Amino acid sequence: MLAAFIGFEVIRRVSPLLHTPLMSLTNALDAIAVVGAIILAGEHKSQLAAILGTIAIVAATSNIVGGFLITDRMLRMFKSSGPKRP
Amino acid sequence: MPTETFIEITYLIATVLFILSLKWLSSPTTARHGVWAGEVGMALAIGGTLLYRGIIDYKLVAIGLVLGCIIGVPLGKVQMTAVPQRTALSHAFGALCVTLVGTSEFYLRAPNISPFLMAVLSMEVILGSLTFTGSLMAAGKLQEILPQRPITYKGQNFVNLGMLALAVAIAAILAMHPEQIKLFPAMIIIPLIFGVMLVIPIGGADMPTVISLLNSYAGLSAAAMGFVLNSKLLIVAGALDGSSGFILSVIMSKAMNRSFTNVLFGGFGQIQAAATGVQEQRPVKSATAEEAAAILAAANKVVIVPGYGMAVAQAQHKVRELFDALTKRGVDVTFGIHPVAGRMPGHMNVLLAEADIPYDKLLDMDAVNGDMAQTDVALVIGANDVTNPAARTDASSPIFGMPILDVDKARTVMVIKRSMAAGFAGIDNPLYYLDQTLMLFGDAKNVVGNIVRELSGGDAHH
Repeated sequence: MLAAFIGFEVIRRVSPLLHTPLMSLTNALDAIAVVGAIILAGEHKSQLAAILGTIAIVAATSNIVGGFLITDRMLRMFKSSGPKRP
Repeated sequence: MPTETFIEITYLIATVLFILSLKWLSSPTTARHGVWAGEVGMALAIGGTLLYRGIIDYKLVAIGLVLGCIIGVPLGKVQMTAVPQRTALSHAFGALCVTLVGTSEFYLRAPNISPFLMAVLSMEVILGSLTFTGSLMAAGKLQEILPQRPITYKGQNFVNLGMLALAVAIAAILAMHPEQIKLFPAMIIIPLIFGVMLVIPIGGADMPTVISLLNSYAGLSAAAMGFVLNSKLLIVAGALDGSSGFILSVIMSKAMNRSFTNVLFGGFGQIQAAATGVQEQRPVKSATAEEAAAILAAANKVVIVPGYGMAVAQAQHKVRELFDALTKRGVDVTFGIHPVAGRMPGHMNVLLAEADIPYDKLLDMDAVNGDMAQTDVALVIGANDVTNPAARTDASSPIFGMPILDVDKARTVMVIKRSMAAGFAGIDNPLYYLDQTLMLFGDAKNVVGNIVRELSGGDAHH
């Protein structure tokens, strides 16, 4: 509940300008679910758990890598018209 | 220090870093720190997890991580115009991960599951699986593999709600009687079908709302997974994602003047059904690129209103040239961006930033509307419904009440549009018949290119 509240307060202040990066960043952070998948695949308690866990790691890792990459690419594009521009 | 304590500490630091990450994202100047904080937090959490003593099979973990990177890198390098479908796809992946973990947890633990645990586990897999198929459908529609046109049939909402109710009922039964293991697959399959049904009636213009909503579901299912695994880190990350999706959904539905419940209960696409568009044949004034260039060159203040049409025509770089040409002549050029312009929240901003337009020139609806009466030219590029004055004046219009960009208050309005065909919502736009409106027919990229040529040609004459 506290997390949701903090999240609410923090995110409300993100300007509409950055809504797309916001979405891709929260997506990457959400992929922290990978820790659950790692434990599942690593513990290898059953065949099913190991297989599903591994697929889950693949899905989450691709979100982490892809999500951070694209967020950074997008943010690099946002430039101010301030001092740098003639 | 025991390994468990060490892992807990890495998780705690990661949690703090995640929150900071979003805090820094609130301004474009600090936003990139946000990405770094997120990356460090992620690396810490994964590193800590790998130390967990219960892990005996590092081979599978390594295979998973490597394959994930192989898929993830190309997904991080897609064209900026493909960002909406990439986002939808990543919601699908996130939801897939959560659903698979939930499923495994169920089979590992059943039937020794407490009602509370079963309830959150059900929430995890129901939200996860409906988000998975729903997001795949959305990605397919955005990539134009599937028809963009909404597909509707009678009793759609009834069928959808029925399916959802059934899934929840199964969840309730399982919470009471976790030994009914064979009910579990149904609790996955029904939401999988529900996800498809939920997105089928959605058309392109409703995509920003739907993507936000699916984002929220993906986050909530991850938070539920956090409760199942008793991981505070996951609860926090899921809650952050869930609330950001929720906030965006609320902003989007407000920007389309729909109540949030209307959106939640699959009320998407109803505007289209209501709008059987009575097309009037009224005269419009059209103009050539030459005339448009002359008017723009004489203006003091120009507001450019981009829409999905600009993205389709890939016109953002030409728009940048126009921006440069006009700015050089001393014209004050800003961009007015409606919250639902494009196919996902913030879509237009990213495209224009890609074209190197400084972000302080990208203004939101309220900022632009305040200045509209002092604006000489409002140039509408591939936007339609978000500029329709009927939303303000015509109570019978299906979009009545929707906040719009008041371009009709500018002295001159120029609209770049492929044809007189009605916009996505199928509603006629009275803007086009106003006295001060000039229509520039053609592909957005070509028309803007021609105007730029005229402007630079004009320089040569002086």
